[in-house]
Amino acid sequence: MLRLKNVNTFYGKVHALKNVSLHLEKGEIVTLIGANGAGKTTILNTISGVTPAAAGEILFERELVQALSPDRIVRTGIAQVPEGRQVFKPLSVEDNLELGAYLRYRQREAKSRIQQDKQEVFSLFPRLEERRKQSAGTLSGGEQQMLAIGRAMMTRPKLMLLDEPSMGLAPLVVQEIFRVIDNLRKQHGTTILLVEQNAKAALNLADRGYVLETGKVILEGLSSNLLENKDVQRAYLGREKKELWER
Amino acid sequence: MELIWDPTYECMEREEIEQLQLERLQATLNRAYKNVSCYRNKFNELGIVPEDIRSLADLARLPFTTKEDLRLNYPYGMFAVPLREVVRIHSSSGTTGKPTVVGYTKHDLQTWSGLVARFMTAAGVTHDDVVQIAFGYGLFTGAFGLHYGSETIGASVIPMSSGNTEKQIMIMQDYKSTALVCTPTYAITLADKMERMGVDPNSLSLKVGLFGGEPWSESMRKEIETRLGLSATDNYGLSEVIGPGVAGECPHKCGMHIFEDAFIAEIIDPETCQVLPPGSVGELVLTTLTKEALPMIRYRTRDITSLDYSKCACGRTLVRMKKTMGRSDDMLIIKGVNVFPSQIEEVLFAIEGCQPHYQLVVDRVGAMDDLEVRIEVTENIFFDEMKRQRAFLEMVEKKIASMLGVGATVKLVEPNSIPRQEGKASRVIDKRKI
Repeated sequence: MLRLKNVNTFYGKVHALKNVSLHLEKGEIVTLIGANGAGKTTILNTISGVTPAAAGEILFERELVQALSPDRIVRTGIAQVPEGRQVFKPLSVEDNLELGAYLRYRQREAKSRIQQDKQEVFSLFPRLEERRKQSAGTLSGGEQQMLAIGRAMMTRPKLMLLDEPSMGLAPLVVQEIFRVIDNLRKQHGTTILLVEQNAKAALNLADRGYVLETGKVILEGLSSNLLENKDVQRAYLGREKKELWER
Repeated sequence: MELIWDPTYECMEREEIEQLQLERLQATLNRAYKNVSCYRNKFNELGIVPEDIRSLADLARLPFTTKEDLRLNYPYGMFAVPLREVVRIHSSSGTTGKPTVVGYTKHDLQTWSGLVARFMTAAGVTHDDVVQIAFGYGLFTGAFGLHYGSETIGASVIPMSSGNTEKQIMIMQDYKSTALVCTPTYAITLADKMERMGVDPNSLSLKVGLFGGEPWSESMRKEIETRLGLSATDNYGLSEVIGPGVAGECPHKCGMHIFEDAFIAEIIDPETCQVLPPGSVGELVLTTLTKEALPMIRYRTRDITSLDYSKCACGRTLVRMKKTMGRSDDMLIIKGVNVFPSQIEEVLFAIEGCQPHYQLVVDRVGAMDDLEVRIEVTENIFFDEMKRQRAFLEMVEKKIASMLGVGATVKLVEPNSIPRQEGKASRVIDKRKI
């Protein structure tokens, strides 16, 4: 469904992604793991067009999308849930969700369908429904994350890019967020590309993963295999710390 | 519908395989360049960095890896992970020269088991089978590879190891082995022994044979199938790359499917080292895509074969390699003609009653190359009459000459006078001093 070939991205002079090639099949959950600055978020931003690729090829459902503007990319069916939620804090929960459907309103899609999708978001996150009139800024971190995911769902995406959904959340809330991500695939068939600090949780959820190091992919594999990989364990799962110290 | 062990990877569309290969190739190069000084130095010499490889075609820009590299970095120099992550050490079977050391991480062993399970399933092995492994257990990868593959499928494994032919036959009878794993030469040895012991192959439970470790001909397949009463399948692998599990035959027996999600296969001209177009005969070059401990980049296998990308009736979309026709370093150049021992084997098998034990002796008389084919005599080809004997020899000589394009002298020798090594027979003696 999504295919990246030799994607290169720069931040000014910094070569952030070097020849990244990866793919997602329909209905897959794939995670990107790697240290800070390895290029995980850059990959999401490059796919969504926020920081466009300087070279390479991004195919979404066999169509080249790398030259499109971010709003066009959303129209093809890709939605990004940015790091740090980035909800519109002064606006109400409901308005945040409505804004997620902005393009659909512009394209004059039947309002009833959009409202139906909103109800679906509410059924997935009952807490958002309880707080529908509250301004988003008053929500807890976990609730804001749910809102950010809900807002992305309002675009009816085929592919959702999730950036650090567990960041700064209490363990129980993290569990809930991960359950929601799992449901997104199960109930809506959404394909998911997930970036997570919590590599272990991400690998437990995902089917496959790519390991990144300084802008390059160094390993691809089934999650179960990556969980057992010694390099991955040492670098991202916090095992063998002691031996690392001794070296 | 035939059984396919891992349809996700064995039945991908060509485009999907190529995407996966590119991703895994780039990741492999990044790891190898970072962790293996031999690769880093070779790349640096050519002024290449992993980022230069942007397509599968770019692979041709990379340097080859040879057995010599493994020897120079003996024993662990080519490993891409620290030794404490290596859980198994094997050694090449040493077809030529000194052995080389290969290592596996825990995950490599899993990968290996899965790959062997694929070709064993393709050959017809299921969890209901009793697999008798008559490969030598030890540094050689053959026995362990097939052992893990059988266990992964859930078959019952009898780790017989090689040798002790009589006992092999006894176990085969008593334990009702349904699958036999050994070299093709040893399969013939077993058949010979059974004949002498008066064991009827039809009284056995054998159903399928998985033969590998050395090149063998189609006629040899027919002989094994008739004499042992099983379906004889070929599989391919080499320790340096992973061991058995690189490729294997499906029931259609029209070439061995290479597991392309784990290996990239190229065919090169062994002389010029140029990549040849699909279908050409040349030396097989393999690049590993999933190995952790010992990634191999463009490893020259020295095995001569060709690749067929056309669709196979079994449903697998993987490229097929022909049975290996010999080794590029085994290839004899006689009077300027390329001769592979396997071609002579083909001729000998075509002659009814002729046993597979033979030896080639190449010598230079004056400035002329001279090829002598020694055949062990059997009852079928021994004649009291000199005239008939000579006629027989002339017939064999004629057939060899028409097959190879060069003449040969055929000589009959005493039964069991050609030395047999456990497993691989030494078939060529080159006395030429060039």
